[in-house]
Amino acid sequence: MSEFTFLFRGRQQFTSPEQAQKSMEQWLAWFKTLGAQGHLKDPGHPLEPSGKVVRGNQKQVTDGPYAEAKDVVGGFTLIEARDLAEASELAKGCPILAVGGSVEVRPLQKLSM
Amino acid sequence: MDPRDHLFRRESGRMVAALTRLFGVHNLALAEDVVQEAFCRAIEVWRFRGVPDNPPAWLMATAKNCALDVLRRERTVRALAPAIEHHLRSEWTLAPAVEELFAPGVIKDDLLRMMFSCCHPRLPEPAQVALILNILCGFTVDEVAHAFMSGYAAIEKRITRAKKALATSEELFDVAVGSEFTARLPAVQRALYLLFNEGYHGASPQAAVRSELCHEAMRLTALLLQHPLGATPESYALSALMCLHAARLPARIDASGNLQALADQDRSKWDLELLGEGLKLLDMSATGSSLSEFHVEAAIAAFHAAATHTANTDWVAIASLYDTLMSLRPSPVVALNRAIAVAQRDGPERGLDEIRSIAERDRLARYPFYFAALGEFELQRGRPEAAREHFRCALNLARSPAERQFLDRRASACNPRST
Repeated sequence: MSEFTFLFRGRQQFTSPEQAQKSMEQWLAWFKTLGAQGHLKDPGHPLEPSGKVVRGNQKQVTDGPYAEAKDVVGGFTLIEARDLAEASELAKGCPILAVGGSVEVRPLQKLSM
Repeated sequence: MDPRDHLFRRESGRMVAALTRLFGVHNLALAEDVVQEAFCRAIEVWRFRGVPDNPPAWLMATAKNCALDVLRRERTVRALAPAIEHHLRSEWTLAPAVEELFAPGVIKDDLLRMMFSCCHPRLPEPAQVALILNILCGFTVDEVAHAFMSGYAAIEKRITRAKKALATSEELFDVAVGSEFTARLPAVQRALYLLFNEGYHGASPQAAVRSELCHEAMRLTALLLQHPLGATPESYALSALMCLHAARLPARIDASGNLQALADQDRSKWDLELLGEGLKLLDMSATGSSLSEFHVEAAIAAFHAAATHTANTDWVAIASLYDTLMSLRPSPVVALNRAIAVAQRDGPERGLDEIRSIAERDRLARYPFYFAALGEFELQRGRPEAAREHFRCALNLARSPAERQFLDRRASACNPRST
């Protein structure tokens, strides 16, 4: 088994409380399935939409990152899967895809001694 | 029912109401935006951490934090609630002022305050009901239109106009002023009654939508009963009549989605718990000296509930209650229902006499159940040909597939072969 992170990009906007409700239920159901199948290493954390960016030799601190709504990283999750192909397959179940968001699937680098 | 069912919709009314008090009623749209933002954040966090122990409290706290962000950003360019505006302008007093507005004891009455505001005398009754559904029950324009079987454009216009009227009132209704509360209460009761009726008799073919409207009306009426000034005999009677009718909802639509007349309902499907609750509330409504239409309608429903069949229903009592109802709130529809009760008591000939003497009978010309009643009476008199004609008229006026199916079955019952 290998480990992967799912980076969830894109902010969902809702036009009605019922739509928000449906989305929440889809997310809970998806995480439940991942957990039941033993793929959920750590549900991970939500991230605030923006914070500070520290950059360069000057250690300049600016507000940010102010990505476009569809590129904002909303959180991350740790997944266990056989390989990258299986991890990507799992990501296809993510409800964010239905609302214009994306899931970035990144293998954790292994320390090979 | 799972407490998580329709959580966002149920909480949105309370959140919009609380935020409106902060931003001022002219910023209703801003309050609605902040609620959407709070829902967004809730999902962003809950999807990773699970639903918290107390979701309503979590949502309200998030709405409060979103509101603080908005206020810091916009307080210099936007007019806010006049009464507290000066507190919101300064960073020193902003947070404490907002905390105070969101204290549990203070937000308790927010829904009620918004409910009374929606029933402004300047607004026509249909607009009041649409506004209650939209603001307090979290129904979108689309969902309201669907529930009323109306076009989107018409409902959108109705809600937009009503919101504009609401926005021009200086501030939300103050439920703490007893005399104003008591003066506005009948309008609120009436709007909740109409909301319930829309669900119970309404045109929407979908059973789910209908029972949702009924449940929303019952939830809001229960709020009235929790307020010392709202818990009047009329409110108890209104609540009783809703429970007694809602108890019959499971039997009103049969397994194949067909509308069932009271006489044909499988009464074992009635919700006994709701019936009991309704009878208890009816008891509690029997105080004071005034008799409202709600009392009479609840009493009629109670007589129906007490009977195991149409044949052993106390039609003498029901017909006389309809006499009382006619004196309290005369209308052609009430008169028609009275005629049906009279026919059950004295036979179809007398029922037809009663129908013929209904004042403003022409106002029933588009009402399918007027012709359906004529059809039933003719059928009982042994005149199936005439009966079929009436049922066909009714069929042409049917407002939903369920009504159409029901009336179609009644028309077929007039065929000599099908007996």
